[in-house]
Amino acid sequence: MEAQYLREDASRIATAADRQATTRHECGSALRYQLASYSFLLPWLIGFFALTLGPALSSLYLSFTDYDLVDTPYWIGIGNYARIASDDPRFLKAMQVTFTFVVLSVPLKLTFALAIAITLNKGLRGLTFFRAVFYLPSLIGASVAIAVLWRQIFAGDGLLNKLLASVFGYEGPSWISTPGTALYTIVLLAVWQFGSPMIIFLAGLRQIPQDMYEAASIDGAGARRQFLKITLPLLTPVIFFNAVIQTIDAFKAFTSAFVISNGSGGPIDSTLFYTLYLYQEAFVNFRIGYASALAWVLVVIICIFTALSFLSARFWVHYDD
Amino acid sequence: MTSLVLDKIVKRFGSIEAIHDVDLDIRSGEFVVFVGPSGCGKSTLLRMIAGLESISEGRLTIGGQLMNGRAAADRGIAMVFQSYALYPHMSVYKNMAFGLETIRMPKAEIEVRVRKAAAILRLTELLDRRPRELSGGQRQRVAIGRAIVREPRIFLFDEPLSNLDAELRVQTRVEIAKLHADLGATMIYVTHDQVEAMTLADRIVVLRAGRVEQFGRPLDIYNKPANRFVAGFIGSPKMNFLDVKSLGTRPNGVAVDLAGQELVTHVAADKVVPITVNAPLTLGVRPEHIVIGSGDGLQLGQVRAEHVEHLGSQTLIYGKLTDGQNMTIVCDGQKRTHVGDAVEASVAPSLCHLFDTDGRTLTL
Repeated sequence: MEAQYLREDASRIATAADRQATTRHECGSALRYQLASYSFLLPWLIGFFALTLGPALSSLYLSFTDYDLVDTPYWIGIGNYARIASDDPRFLKAMQVTFTFVVLSVPLKLTFALAIAITLNKGLRGLTFFRAVFYLPSLIGASVAIAVLWRQIFAGDGLLNKLLASVFGYEGPSWISTPGTALYTIVLLAVWQFGSPMIIFLAGLRQIPQDMYEAASIDGAGARRQFLKITLPLLTPVIFFNAVIQTIDAFKAFTSAFVISNGSGGPIDSTLFYTLYLYQEAFVNFRIGYASALAWVLVVIICIFTALSFLSARFWVHYDD
Repeated sequence: MTSLVLDKIVKRFGSIEAIHDVDLDIRSGEFVVFVGPSGCGKSTLLRMIAGLESISEGRLTIGGQLMNGRAAADRGIAMVFQSYALYPHMSVYKNMAFGLETIRMPKAEIEVRVRKAAAILRLTELLDRRPRELSGGQRQRVAIGRAIVREPRIFLFDEPLSNLDAELRVQTRVEIAKLHADLGATMIYVTHDQVEAMTLADRIVVLRAGRVEQFGRPLDIYNKPANRFVAGFIGSPKMNFLDVKSLGTRPNGVAVDLAGQELVTHVAADKVVPITVNAPLTLGVRPEHIVIGSGDGLQLGQVRAEHVEHLGSQTLIYGKLTDGQNMTIVCDGQKRTHVGDAVEASVAPSLCHLFDTDGRTLTL
């Protein structure tokens, strides 16, 4: 009997040992699986830490220093921020130019994108082709080449003035060299890049059930009333998304202003975008600390705008569920 | 209250003809149900009446006025959609008032109409809610309310109960029937559910592949189906169809051979379909008309049960005759039949239907 008990004990111990071994094996497999997953994530993680988070944190540190890329950064506390707030007329000018650009370009671009999306949503033949054609400016529009082309079109002897002269006999100014018009040429370039919001609007329009329009048409609602009472309200989540994304993009606009003004922000700072001013401070005047502070102020401004947008959304954005 | 006439109505989508020469005369105040399997064209026909689909050929008149080219809003109709088509960003009140606001009706009158409809449909407490805050049944009532407030000449319903659960479907069905009785309006209702058709309709239009197979009162369609399709479509479980051979006519009706056994039905020979001896025919027997046990009726033979469903009030036996033909039997009450049991089945000769090889009923 005792021998039998001993055998049973031995068997129980062996089973427990097996179970432990199995658990260890399972843990090992899980770890290997996780390691494999992380190894696939590694390139992105390296990129994120080395090229995004690292520089961002170092720029936060540098924003509290006086640093010219050559000497050791010198800690000056909130000196840079104090100067931005109280003693920098070009900062105010850059803010004014950037805000004007945001206020003009974002609504115009969204309106244009929505109008084209609605047209394309009518079931036109060759829709795929037109969608690609209209999206093209967004793909190439932010490039230096297009900005150069834009400069050629709006220069004193550019294509636009040649057209105006030949059709209307009007001798136009150099649109990019005149303080009163230079910014608007860049706004026009931004509006021309309507492809991305247009594609999103098109997707949003496709989501609106057709029977709502049918119900409205039976109720006697014409195209205008259907647009105002059905399309627009049901599209508000998409409008909101596009508005936030485009506003952030507009605050960060740089290439077009840089190329068109040859990096000066001229004439008379009329195209001195915030990012262009930041660039000048960092890489022309080598005030890296001050430029870093400017960058963080822009981050705060964008955050405030985005937060305000989200706060306002509850009053005008209609979510179905 | 308004009559509606469809005269040789045709609908083509490109080269495909979806509706073929449909003639219907719907009387004022009538509740007509379009029923048929998926793709039979019932919704297309309804949408043509609504003005949501153009009419390729034929004439549509509402209250004696030609409507072919008229816009949906000018036809005096209101439609309840399968998906309800409620505006998610508007309150129940606004949803119901939308059509009236569109025609610039004074606000006070809109309020009266909306509150009256809300009271009928028990929506008064829900007027400030958004559609997402409502149950399926409540949304359906709002959709109906939106139709009622417009006081249309004709109500159109496109499968309005298909998104509801079984219990709510029965409840809403009763409410729609009451609504029709209260309003007395002409109503056209599309469904693929023959129970809805039978319970709601004054007359049923059975459609198949864009053609009207039969137009008549529910019990007429049940008792005298025009063809095998209608006989199979109306009635649940569907009618049993048994392959038989004609043995010619007898004084009482047509005699047939079922697995070597002569059955004399009370189906009179029709002039249209001449009966020839040995001609293949189909004997139609409704499951609920079959009696278990050797009764006075025609003996159909032994049925071996392959599956039995006990519903409490009824027992459904699915089995096979000795010659291998399928047969479903519905018995009232709770039978102690089990799988593998053999039962004797008989049917009254007057409850038999006969169809020729083209599916036509021998006698209507």
